[in-house]
Amino acid sequence: MVNQKYMTVDGIPVLLEGEKNVLEVIRKAGIKLPTFCYHSELSIYGACRMCIIEDDKGKLDAACSAVPRAGMNIKTNTGRLRRYRKNILELLLSNHCRDCTTCQNNGSCKLQSLAERFGIDKVRFPNTADTPKLDESSPCITRDAGKCILCGDCVRMCSEIQNVGAIDFAYRGSNMTVSCAFDRPIAESNCVGCGQCAAVCPTGAIVVKSDIPAVWADIDDAGVKVTAQIAPAVRVAVGREFGLDGDGSRDFGKIVAAMRRMGFDEIFDTSTGADLTVLEEANELQARLEKGGVDMPMFTSCCPAWIQYCEKNYPELLEHVSTCKSPMQMFASVIKEQYKSSSRRHVHVAVMPCTAKKFEGARGEFTTDGVPDVDHVITTQELISMIRESGIVFSEIEAEAVDAPFFTATGAGVIFGVTGGVTEAVLRRLSGDKSPSALRAIAYQGVRGMEGVKETTVMLGDKEVRIAIVSGLGNAARLIEEIKNGEHFDFVEVMACPGGCVAGAGQPFALAEGRDKRGKELYAADSQSSIKRSEENPLVMSLYNGLLKGKVHDLLHMSYGGGHHTDKEG
Amino acid sequence: MEETKANTKKGAATDTDFDYSVIDEILTRHGAQERAIIAILQEAQERYRYLPAELFLYLSQKMKVSEARLYSVATFYENFSLEPKGKYVIKICDGTACHVRKSIPILERIRSDLGLSSEVVTTEDLGFTVETVSCLGACGLAPVITVNDKVYPTMTPGKANELIEMLKEELKGGNNANDNA
Repeated sequence: MVNQKYMTVDGIPVLLEGEKNVLEVIRKAGIKLPTFCYHSELSIYGACRMCIIEDDKGKLDAACSAVPRAGMNIKTNTGRLRRYRKNILELLLSNHCRDCTTCQNNGSCKLQSLAERFGIDKVRFPNTADTPKLDESSPCITRDAGKCILCGDCVRMCSEIQNVGAIDFAYRGSNMTVSCAFDRPIAESNCVGCGQCAAVCPTGAIVVKSDIPAVWADIDDAGVKVTAQIAPAVRVAVGREFGLDGDGSRDFGKIVAAMRRMGFDEIFDTSTGADLTVLEEANELQARLEKGGVDMPMFTSCCPAWIQYCEKNYPELLEHVSTCKSPMQMFASVIKEQYKSSSRRHVHVAVMPCTAKKFEGARGEFTTDGVPDVDHVITTQELISMIRESGIVFSEIEAEAVDAPFFTATGAGVIFGVTGGVTEAVLRRLSGDKSPSALRAIAYQGVRGMEGVKETTVMLGDKEVRIAIVSGLGNAARLIEEIKNGEHFDFVEVMACPGGCVAGAGQPFALAEGRDKRGKELYAADSQSSIKRSEENPLVMSLYNGLLKGKVHDLLHMSYGGGHHTDKEG
Repeated sequence: MEETKANTKKGAATDTDFDYSVIDEILTRHGAQERAIIAILQEAQERYRYLPAELFLYLSQKMKVSEARLYSVATFYENFSLEPKGKYVIKICDGTACHVRKSIPILERIRSDLGLSSEVVTTEDLGFTVETVSCLGACGLAPVITVNDKVYPTMTPGKANELIEMLKEELKGGNNANDNA
């Protein structure tokens, strides 16, 4: 008891438990202090000043950058502080685009919601907002400098967590902007399309590029057959947006039903494609392990942001990247092949938790006779918008099953959506022991959990296999440095977004806690699935004996390192 | 050397024949680390008289700092220039002391002598760059101008004109008295 330290927040004593800053103590006390530039996972910037507090001597400080001390006595809600906060908001709004009704982030904008919360009913200053300065060069994100409040969240996310650094502040004072070097379009920078900048942007300054109109146009066209695939991570992020707080793992059928009502002709589960990926990737790993030597480690290839990161920063490592197409692209190849003689024009839509998938879908390598295998990629958020636009009451819609012929998927395919899932699925395939207890053993070998870096060693037969699982590109970069300094791994799973696809930038934004819950729900979906190993998926086996016969390499593989399939490029 | 520069404005970067070994030497001296960005950019600017775009990618790879971050630093400080500068960089002090002792007429005279303005600060032939600075720290000598860091005290529009004419002659004759680059 003697060692316990307290500080006082608005008259309430609060126990100090090693919080890094006063803001965290205040939030622990149940007070929702407003912030723009504070993200617990990023470094502290202290620029927006929305979290100002007053101490007992009347001294002001930003709570995010003040260190908590025992005996501190602060107030968060005085007349002076309220006045200052309103003033800050007014000043931010004075040079900010105020066309809220036509903004893509209408309803999910922090500036908008704080303006409402603090009752900003007029702005006393003339509006000096620039005309919109759009950068639409990227297939993944759109930037509008006119809506930027210079909080720098995107800059710190891009450099600190993702180690990309495509954008930074440029110029200073009233001329300051966030831009790429030499104000180049973002598509010409080292941006990898992970979209995490858009995920943390509190306004509409960086948004995910919308492909909704194109999808509606194809749905509305009677001459077009529209098929869709839904990625594993999507299922655990939709329900909550419609007020469901139950187990997201059970929402998949509702999503299928909603999409069918919206007019999609056939709907499939990307987990089926992931089963193909598991088998191909396991074969490739086994072959590489037998061959041994310089080709190790083998890196996974499911994540398109990681692929771009590797291409732009470590081209020498591309030979190490698995030649497996991502589940989305494998499945798209199979679906397009299945319907190649369809009487109607066939358009395939992928619903992904990811912004970088938009780039992947548009890659020249993934086209057949000039037509992309995936015609449109929409994110979970775009799907949610489309469901809302359709007027579908998601909470009440009855679950439906996916369509034939691709109607089976395994739990192994479902867990692709969380960091460590690909590894676990591949280990299930390669493990000689097919008993249920073996499944549990694999799960407890250090592959699960939301940590950014996991390292483990497993025995496959008599071989010791060193595995690393990283999420967040900054973690990937640090691991690659270790490997270059002689650390040995056989298999490395990389997901660009911290936590894996459940935390993709196409998902509704979630803090660590929410990401954790989504991950758990994917594992729950795996537990509920009747088939847990990809090789036991009867559909996959029949594909190998039918549609894929003689075409495995063409339909399922793509050598990023410039091996076999480069002739298809361009 | 001067002739080639005079002919091709864009070619300025290649005229300095992009001797990356110079940059390597600067990097070795300061250590290729993020904390040395400013010192490295300053020395690079001394060498090239501005910061050529080519430099950023090279430094970014060597220092493991993003191009955007380097660009951020280079645009934050007024002293860094991303545009090629003239052989003679003339800085006219417009700090309080110089201003009250009539620095503006000097600035106007120099600009009109060289056909420059507040927008166009460097002559076509890359001979001269004219810029104002907030204080040169030589208020006792006001009004002050510097040419490539050589100080010219207690200037008048007339003295400035004479100086410009002299520098123009130097430029023609290739006399490098004022070139400390």
